[in-house]
Amino acid sequence: MCLGIPGRITAITDEGRLMAMAEVSGVRREVSVACIAEGGLAALVGQWALIHVGFAMALIDEDEAAKTLQALRDLGEAQETLEQMALSQEALA
Amino acid sequence: MTVQAMKFASEFRDPAAARVLLAAIAAKADRIGATRESPVHIMEICGGHTHSIFRYGLDKLIHEGVEFIHGPGCPVCVLPMARVDECVEIAETPGVIFTTFGDAMRVPGHRKSLMQAKSGGADIRMVYSPLDALELARRNPGREVVFFGLGFETTTPSTALSIQAAAREGLTNFSVFCNHITVPEPIKALLDDPDMMLDGFIGPGHVSMVIGIHPYDFIPRDYGKPLVVAGFEPTDLLQSVLMVLTQIAEGRAAVENQYARVVPEHGNPVSLAAIADVYERRPSFEWRGLGEIDASGLRIRARYAAFDAEEKFGIGYAASSRNVPEIEGCACGAVMTGKMKPMQCPQFGRGCTPEMPLGALMVSSEGACAAYWQYSGARAAG
Amino acid sequence: MALRDTHVTMAHGGGGRAMRDLIDEVFTAVFQPPGSEDQARLMDDALQEPGARLAFTTDSFVVTPLEFPGGDIGKLAVCGTVNDLAVGGARPLWLSAAFIIEEGCEIALLRRIVATMAAEAAKAGVRIVTGDTKVVERGKADGVFITTAGVGVIPPGRDIGAAHIRAGDAVIVNGVLGDHGAAILAARGDLALSADLASDCAGLGHLMQAALAAAPGLRAARDCTRGGLASALNEMAAEAGVTVEIEEARLPLRPEVVGLCEILGLDPLYLANEGRLVLFCPPEQAEAALAAMRALPEGEGSVVIGHALPRQAHPVSLRTGFGGARIVDMLVGEQLPRIC
Repeated sequence: MCLGIPGRITAITDEGRLMAMAEVSGVRREVSVACIAEGGLAALVGQWALIHVGFAMALIDEDEAAKTLQALRDLGEAQETLEQMALSQEALA
Repeated sequence: MTVQAMKFASEFRDPAAARVLLAAIAAKADRIGATRESPVHIMEICGGHTHSIFRYGLDKLIHEGVEFIHGPGCPVCVLPMARVDECVEIAETPGVIFTTFGDAMRVPGHRKSLMQAKSGGADIRMVYSPLDALELARRNPGREVVFFGLGFETTTPSTALSIQAAAREGLTNFSVFCNHITVPEPIKALLDDPDMMLDGFIGPGHVSMVIGIHPYDFIPRDYGKPLVVAGFEPTDLLQSVLMVLTQIAEGRAAVENQYARVVPEHGNPVSLAAIADVYERRPSFEWRGLGEIDASGLRIRARYAAFDAEEKFGIGYAASSRNVPEIEGCACGAVMTGKMKPMQCPQFGRGCTPEMPLGALMVSSEGACAAYWQYSGARAAG
Repeated sequence: MALRDTHVTMAHGGGGRAMRDLIDEVFTAVFQPPGSEDQARLMDDALQEPGARLAFTTDSFVVTPLEFPGGDIGKLAVCGTVNDLAVGGARPLWLSAAFIIEEGCEIALLRRIVATMAAEAAKAGVRIVTGDTKVVERGKADGVFITTAGVGVIPPGRDIGAAHIRAGDAVIVNGVLGDHGAAILAARGDLALSADLASDCAGLGHLMQAALAAAPGLRAARDCTRGGLASALNEMAAEAGVTVEIEEARLPLRPEVVGLCEILGLDPLYLANEGRLVLFCPPEQAEAALAAMRALPEGEGSVVIGHALPRQAHPVSLRTGFGGARIVDMLVGEQLPRIC
């Protein structure tokens, strides 16, 4: 029950029924935004949400996404540092 | 260029980051002494995670001291045959348009699958969303539209919201055949099983998007095992494995959220309210391969009886009358609880293949057996 | 113009005047077959050359909707058969076209389909020389079913086929994959998805000629229709007794096709194509083949996507972006959208 894909909300299509147009890589589908409408419908346009079976179920937190990617970058750097340390230790040995 | 960038997906498929994570996992696995003979057993609960692991070849790339135990989080796989039979019964009722997700079409029932019923003339239509089933009901007032409500908490809100919409509009020709199930209960059942050897969990990312992360608190608290809620891209999975191993190395057990960009700590209030309004827990529900599990299945509340296919078609769920035995020789239960690997099932590749599946694990694209067959090329020995 | 009807009726299949009028105006006037007998009587000099062989193929075409972005059933019917001849190294010569028409079908629609077929035939350098028409009752056909058979000539000395593929050969496709399958899914409407997607349907006769001229050692080619690239590769690898390894990073895919597949849980490797071929050639001729193919519109996006290897455990494997590998199996039944 997992196939969800990030999509961008491009327009509100039916305010009364809480429906909006979402776009994933150029593919458009009308979705329900009932789950994410608390902050007002207009505010949703331009935001990214996780789309599952025709419902936008969660707004994607761009800060958290950036943090996750940063953690990966940090790990990469930490590893490089470790490798370099190991290399220089070998060189000194 | 080839695969174009998809925001919030492609960045989490970065090969360089994956290599870094694999190296970090290897280092951590060595540190805790995990080897091929004595591995760390990590269960990925959700079928979507199983699919990702195989699609990206992570099972082959990861340190041999980390073993994935494929959990029961595949709603198609755990659907009892009797429920498929009931779907076919409803679909074959004159005047019915039976709507379902594609996943369920090929699951074998005792007589036939939905696909076979369709070729026999039943009006069975695949839909992408319960909203599409609602639209069919609006456009076909003379027909009875039934939606097969299948899935865990990720999908439960969508049918709940659809039933609420049907009620608001006063539709009289729409109903849901509810087979929604919940994640925490079967996990508890597995943890209570003395034969299960599990060291940690990869938690279902999209279920958690709805229910939040606290329903899993009992796992570290009562059983001392770590659980990391994970996203579905390859670096999400690898990062989550690293987080589980780190907890094990540090002697900790806690619920952590790797998928914070999508999963809010307390879940989604609108979804949870809709679920509470429309559904209530059945006392127990049958899970294929796991038997009856208390409070693990949902049924439609009396106030929405007009949209309950069980009411409309006189199909009640009564465990005692529905204990239809499974197929002789089918070992889906053992494979699903991690006690047996797909290749060890005597039917794998012999009596049970994707063309002629015996059990749901071979039919569903995220069933462990289908994944092994399709992506790893596993075939019957000998 | 004797034909005043707007829709096809059972009378149009009855063998009488109504049928004559339909055939004359809608089909014969456009296709202009040689002669008026039941059979076309044909000759081409190339068939007389010692060592030349006749190539002969047939295909039936069913599609819903009948008209879709990028083409219609007529375009599929002509290009599909032309391509089946072309990938065998044959120069396509003549086509037959048989129509099974559902009672109630709009005659204007038939005219459009026939016009498309005539245009595609002209582009491919073939003539539609004979055919047939039947009408069935409402509900017994999806609007129109078309069967085309095609005849072509293989020049002396040319013998391409999967059995010739060898380890080391380069695997080439002529452009982005899955557009037709994705376009049809979107056009069907029942999934309520819209996208700027058009079928890739195209005749590949000239492309094959160009590739063969530039890479005379070309081993084999096949068009990737139902079952997509994955099915074609599985068949060819199995026949050749090699393993084909393709690289995920090299697969050309339109973003919309990727998006559609992600939403529906489909794998683009299994989506149908109607203007795509996969060919194997000796590695040292790959550059030349690519250059010749890229000079034509149908070959603009030609790329090498992998290589043949000595046979391993499985016929087709895919190398992922992180150096992981997984196999690409034969499709079982239809690919269905999923939510898990």
